[in-house]
Amino acid sequence: MALKPVTFTLNGEAKAAFTEDGQNLLDFLRRGVGDLSPKYGCGQGACGACTVLVDGEPHLSCLVLAETVQGRRVETTAGLGQARLHPLQEAFMERFAAQCGYCTPGMLMSAKALLDRNPRPSREDVIEAIAGNLCRCTGYEPIIAAILDVAEGRIRA
Amino acid sequence: MAVLVENHATLADAQRALGSDGTYLGGGTLVMREVNAGTVQGRILRTGDPALRQIRASYDSVEIGAGVTMAMILAERDLAHLHPVARAVGGPQVRNMATVGGNLFAAHPYGDFTTALLALGARIVTAAGAQRPIEDFLRDRERAGLVAAVQVPRPREARAFGFLKVSRIKPKGVSVMSIAAHLPRDGGRLRGVRIAFGAMGPTPLRAQAAERVLEGATLDASTIARAAAAAVEGLDPPTDALASAWYRREVAGVHLRRLLERML
Repeated sequence: MALKPVTFTLNGEAKAAFTEDGQNLLDFLRRGVGDLSPKYGCGQGACGACTVLVDGEPHLSCLVLAETVQGRRVETTAGLGQARLHPLQEAFMERFAAQCGYCTPGMLMSAKALLDRNPRPSREDVIEAIAGNLCRCTGYEPIIAAILDVAEGRIRA
Repeated sequence: MAVLVENHATLADAQRALGSDGTYLGGGTLVMREVNAGTVQGRILRTGDPALRQIRASYDSVEIGAGVTMAMILAERDLAHLHPVARAVGGPQVRNMATVGGNLFAAHPYGDFTTALLALGARIVTAAGAQRPIEDFLRDRERAGLVAAVQVPRPREARAFGFLKVSRIKPKGVSVMSIAAHLPRDGGRLRGVRIAFGAMGPTPLRAQAAERVLEGATLDASTIARAAAAAVEGLDPPTDALASAWYRREVAGVHLRRLLERML
């Protein structure tokens, strides 16, 4: 199988790795680069567990051909909390917005994309922003409440 | 068999190299899931051709490149009439990836954007530069080759175009059906009526019986009732996990009536 070099930025750090022909970004990040924070849910673009930001916008990494991130900026949950947790992570804990936690990395990235673009979203904006992320155990209410806590300044970094 | 990705400089190059065994990769939402499942193998062709991502508006029409995403449509003020349609496609992640060109090839139950293009009487511009009406394209889209852009006539007034998507899950759910209606008015009468249904056949289809009822008429409660009664004539709704063909037939007229009432 042909290997292709890909250079890109992952969470602000320059990265270079080889991708296999036809490999999706999720598999590339997990196996090729070693970032295990985006999760494999369905592989069909239905669940949103693999959501990462490409040039600041949420994408389903399982449906992105890995070689197409050449020269682009990729952000994952692994880059959210550095020395201390990101306010969204604090809020998710505070509100018990993660039960099994499998959807959480995708939820966090969708929420981050929303707040980066619109720091004061309405409840409807939040619902729309996470519409592409399925949660099958916590329920959406605590997740929505956590995102609104950050948006409305109840949780600060 | 493995996957072999070919990158081409332009769409025309990709078209020349496509052959009968190649699969063209656009935004990825349709083809990559098949690559992941192993149901698409062999040669995958793509291009970063910047011409595909252009939107060019003129007075009475807009040319949208095949690689324009739903998110790009939503960011374009000139395309306000298509915003409710683009917003009905997938969730935010899908809208950042899914393209207008890909939607033209999306199998049931997808293709809500194409339903709107059909009602607006769009023309398909192929990689070779030929233009054809969207109806012709939809009839043989498997053999149609690559698409460069769509030419979309612009409705003369906002209320002349309406779109409605029926889904069981909101805000992101797959279509039970979608309906798009273009009702240009000329001195109070409807002229050039086009109504399209999505998820009511193998491709988006025009509801020609309902169009005949509306053509030349004034839009009022009794015309709407007659158009609704004729809604499913000529449509071929499938049974799938979302709804049976029977259910789709039963409710199509109700939803058409609701859409037309919004356009009064």
